[in-house]
Amino acid sequence: MSLSRLPDAISATNEPRSRAGSSLVQLTLVRYREFLREPEAVFWTFVFPILLAAGLGVAFRSQPAAIMRVGVPRETAGAEELARAVRSDPRLTVDLVDGNAALRRLRSGRILVIAEPDGRGGVVYHYDDTNPEARTARLMVDDAVQRAAGRPNPVPVRTVPVNEPGSRYIDFLIPGLLGMNLMGSGMWGVGFPIVDARRKKLLKRLVAAPMSRAEYLLSFLLSRLTFLLLEVMAVVGFGYWVFGVPVRGSLGMLALISLLSSLAFAAMGLLVASRVQTIEAVSGLMNFVMLPMWIFSGVFFSAERFPEVIQPFVQALPLTAAVDALRARMLEGSPPAELAGELGIVAVWLAASFVLALKIFRWR
Amino acid sequence: MTQGAAIALRVRGLRKTYRDVVAVDHLDLEVQAGECFGLLGPNGAGKTTTIEVCEGLVEPDAGEVELLGRRWGAHSRELRERLGIQLQETQLADKLTVEETLALFRSFYRSGLGVEGVIALVQLGEKRSARVGQLSGGQKQRLAMGCALVGDPELLFLDEPTTGLDPQARRQLWDLIENLKAGGRTIVLTTHYMDEAERLCDRVAIMDHGRIIALDTPRALIASLGVEHMVEFATGEGGPVDVQALSQLEGVRSVRAENGFYQLQVERLHQAMPALLGELERRGLPLTELRTHSATLEDVFVSLTGRHLRDE
Repeated sequence: MSLSRLPDAISATNEPRSRAGSSLVQLTLVRYREFLREPEAVFWTFVFPILLAAGLGVAFRSQPAAIMRVGVPRETAGAEELARAVRSDPRLTVDLVDGNAALRRLRSGRILVIAEPDGRGGVVYHYDDTNPEARTARLMVDDAVQRAAGRPNPVPVRTVPVNEPGSRYIDFLIPGLLGMNLMGSGMWGVGFPIVDARRKKLLKRLVAAPMSRAEYLLSFLLSRLTFLLLEVMAVVGFGYWVFGVPVRGSLGMLALISLLSSLAFAAMGLLVASRVQTIEAVSGLMNFVMLPMWIFSGVFFSAERFPEVIQPFVQALPLTAAVDALRARMLEGSPPAELAGELGIVAVWLAASFVLALKIFRWR
Repeated sequence: MTQGAAIALRVRGLRKTYRDVVAVDHLDLEVQAGECFGLLGPNGAGKTTTIEVCEGLVEPDAGEVELLGRRWGAHSRELRERLGIQLQETQLADKLTVEETLALFRSFYRSGLGVEGVIALVQLGEKRSARVGQLSGGQKQRLAMGCALVGDPELLFLDEPTTGLDPQARRQLWDLIENLKAGGRTIVLTTHYMDEAERLCDRVAIMDHGRIIALDTPRALIASLGVEHMVEFATGEGGPVDVQALSQLEGVRSVRAENGFYQLQVERLHQAMPALLGELERRGLPLTELRTHSATLEDVFVSLTGRHLRDE
């Protein structure tokens, strides 16, 4: 019937929808296209975490125990002799300078300890006893001085150095960065395009067409899955190939933790974006939600450093749970049963955010 | 008009307020199938609210809307399939190409036109692979029109289709709309350009402050003025002209004075012009400006409201 109203050239092309033309496929393709055609988004998702890991990995790389610097005031009697005694330990080096210079260097951290003969055969140590490195240096200096003076070791000892992958900072860092990346890309990857579409009235235009709203939201989750796979491979692969960060336990479990976390953050992104009208507002809201997790969730250092009082809050954050689970899996190869608590927290965030987001979501 | 007197759109007692502003006030209208119906009025007259209630995007406070014999709610999904909608402010995704955008919208409809056919219809063949962000205003508007057409709609809503476009782009869009009219689609459009309404619409409802203040064919609306021509003139430094005297002139029906301009509604131009020139001559007043034009919908609006369409 409608055909009769059309100009001939047009009616000839009237056609039913093909399978490739299914709206879920089309909507998901749009997600890929918009993401890949936005160079900044690709940078922040894939390149930035790798650069960050590389920078921090180099800065905190394992290195031979540092040589510790000791000051000896040269004007005091017995200074030469004391310096010789200290130098007998190859891990120590001596600055033989005048007393004032030694004090200045101590204050500025260039030397860790000043060892000064007291003129009666004894030695006085000046150091900052709140600095663990200075305390170590003082013990080593004292050990060298006492041995030089003829102290015997009553118990024979032997040391075996251990520098195993899994106990270094980079090993700690990579799961943390992966978790942080899943949070950032999950929240932004969903929140930003939705608010952008709402701001441009595109969302309104889409619901003016017979589009399935469920399929629209589903297209975000589907595209997240693909990008998730790439993100995990980029960060974990980089850590593995460049720094030898271990991946213990099955990859399947790692994938499951990443998937669950990523969906939870996507749901949180949906919630944050559910009513906001402007990019500025959504940026502020995103940062407000993510900031506590950047600080408390143990990306760069252990979350257990925070006081006992706030631990329930810290542990309830989805990123804390995600990072703990990733770390336990990658570094310790913990069995799934031990991760149940963390995964449970993530799952609760996922379900609660998603349900609430659907309830309050505004299509125009 | 093959379906005879079938009603494509019927609105009764429509009312919508935003906080304390009444956007639409007890509005009734009927659009026949196959008709091109225009809502003409200044910004803020309630045109967009009216059309968006009809499109099922805005919930009215009161009143009924029936489209193609169906109502929003129970038949929403079916109606969405049968309507074509172009909104006033939509920005389509900049990163997608013309072809991709149309394929996306096509995928929402169970049946409709092929993407190729729509590209040809809105004349974007050369731009098929261009990203939306690189299109000109007129091209974007034609693409928006294409998105409204992919579902092969029976009823097409166009909200300010040519606002903000240059004259050439507007004429291209008019040609396209005339094509669609010739194809027999029912079209409801809003505009604040009287020339657009005059050229495209079979019938026009003039809206002001949320109400319809006149509704008829453009020709009948203009005829309702009872005059065929408008004469506008100014006398510069020559001082004021006696309005009373002007209205006594032969062939002049009424006179309005505004900002040193005088506007005469004239029934018989060939009599009124010599009379006007004679009158000015007699009083020794110079003529610094003089225009005459056939009466338009703009003049209808002015005579109904005392304001111009684009005052606001």
